[in-house]
Amino acid sequence: MIEFQLDRSSGVSTYLQLVHQVRQALRLGTLRPGDKLPTAREVVESLAINPNTVLKAYRELEREGLVAGKPGLGTFVERGLPGGTLADHTRLRRGLETWVRQAREAGLDEEDLRTLFGAVLADAAREGVA
Amino acid sequence: MRPPVLEATGLGVRYRRGWALRDCSLALPAGRVAALVGPNGAGKTTLMHAAVGLLAPARGSVVVRGQAAFVAQDKPLYETFTVAEMLTFGRRTNLRWDQPAALKRLAGLDIPLDRKVGRLSGGQQAQVALTIALARTPDLLVLDEPLANLDPVARHDVMRAIMAEVAEHGLSVLLSSHVVSDLEETCDWLVVLNGGRLQVSGDIEDLLAGHLVLTGPAELAGTLTGAGGSMGRVQVVAASRTARQVRMLVRGEPPLDPRWRARQPGLDELVMGYLRSPESVALPGLAQVGR
Repeated sequence: MIEFQLDRSSGVSTYLQLVHQVRQALRLGTLRPGDKLPTAREVVESLAINPNTVLKAYRELEREGLVAGKPGLGTFVERGLPGGTLADHTRLRRGLETWVRQAREAGLDEEDLRTLFGAVLADAAREGVA
Repeated sequence: MRPPVLEATGLGVRYRRGWALRDCSLALPAGRVAALVGPNGAGKTTLMHAAVGLLAPARGSVVVRGQAAFVAQDKPLYETFTVAEMLTFGRRTNLRWDQPAALKRLAGLDIPLDRKVGRLSGGQQAQVALTIALARTPDLLVLDEPLANLDPVARHDVMRAIMAEVAEHGLSVLLSSHVVSDLEETCDWLVVLNGGRLQVSGDIEDLLAGHLVLTGPAELAGTLTGAGGSMGRVQVVAASRTARQVRMLVRGEPPLDPRWRARQPGLDELVMGYLRSPESVALPGLAQVGR
């Protein structure tokens, strides 16, 4: 079962944070097809948010075909998301950690790192399209 | 569509010292959590009292569809009563009363029934008051500053409890607060009162999406506000300026001039913008104008 968290300082709307966390869990395999999402009541009881926010997030996930609501039973995961296995994630994370350490040693600050990473991502996306 | 749970039409309330509420017309959709905000003396408590029938309007009317339960801000409980005695009192003074649900809530919160109310913590007192209001199985729960004087943990606990009830029973809530940030995640409808007049009533998401914060060179301000100007599609809610720069909260489409920087306001910015400009209004009747 997924446990939602809120980052109130992120500037990302609450419903999108819930959507992202489900997608993330699907990518990591911590949520699998057939798993049940917490009910709106369970979510609002832990996060103190408006129930309509939870329903909106679940509707969005439903629209993407990732989950399906079954009347009287709850909301269930329909399919996973491709995005590498847990082992892939661990391996890539180690590589990224090394990269960050080397960049810090070279004198780059956090903003430099973000800019560089963003630029590489953007370039990769352009090459992918071309 | 369920009909509005609360409807006020031309509502006016007068105290000896003058009008506390004037010409107030609004409708709260059922199943919503509505935030009632405004400075001290804006008429928030007066509107709540009129809605639950604690005072009679001098003009107009206010109707609640179904049962309303009200939790007052100050001392909603008798301090010398035990929790069990408060429940007995509630049961005897209300026709609709769900005793098992009340006992289950209190047990879940570990609040002892034999404890005197005055000996409970502030958070526990708030929970007992909420339990008594919920035991009346209301369609509309009206809470006057339910989070005032509570520490952050108790505030979160009270909000969690209210949200859970909304999720479970689909009841509607009208709650007042001074602290807009407390309402950001929990409320989906906004009502702003200022000086006894209604300034804003609307769906929070629609309100935020329908407003912009514009920042730009001071000399551009006239192009937005000038009568019959090319930028006639925006309505300026509030503006603040320095020698060179102007910042405005506006309603409507983003201007085409690239020298303006535009972004969506936060809930607190929206509320402050209106409160600082009492002549600005955003009410359902006007919402169609800009579209």
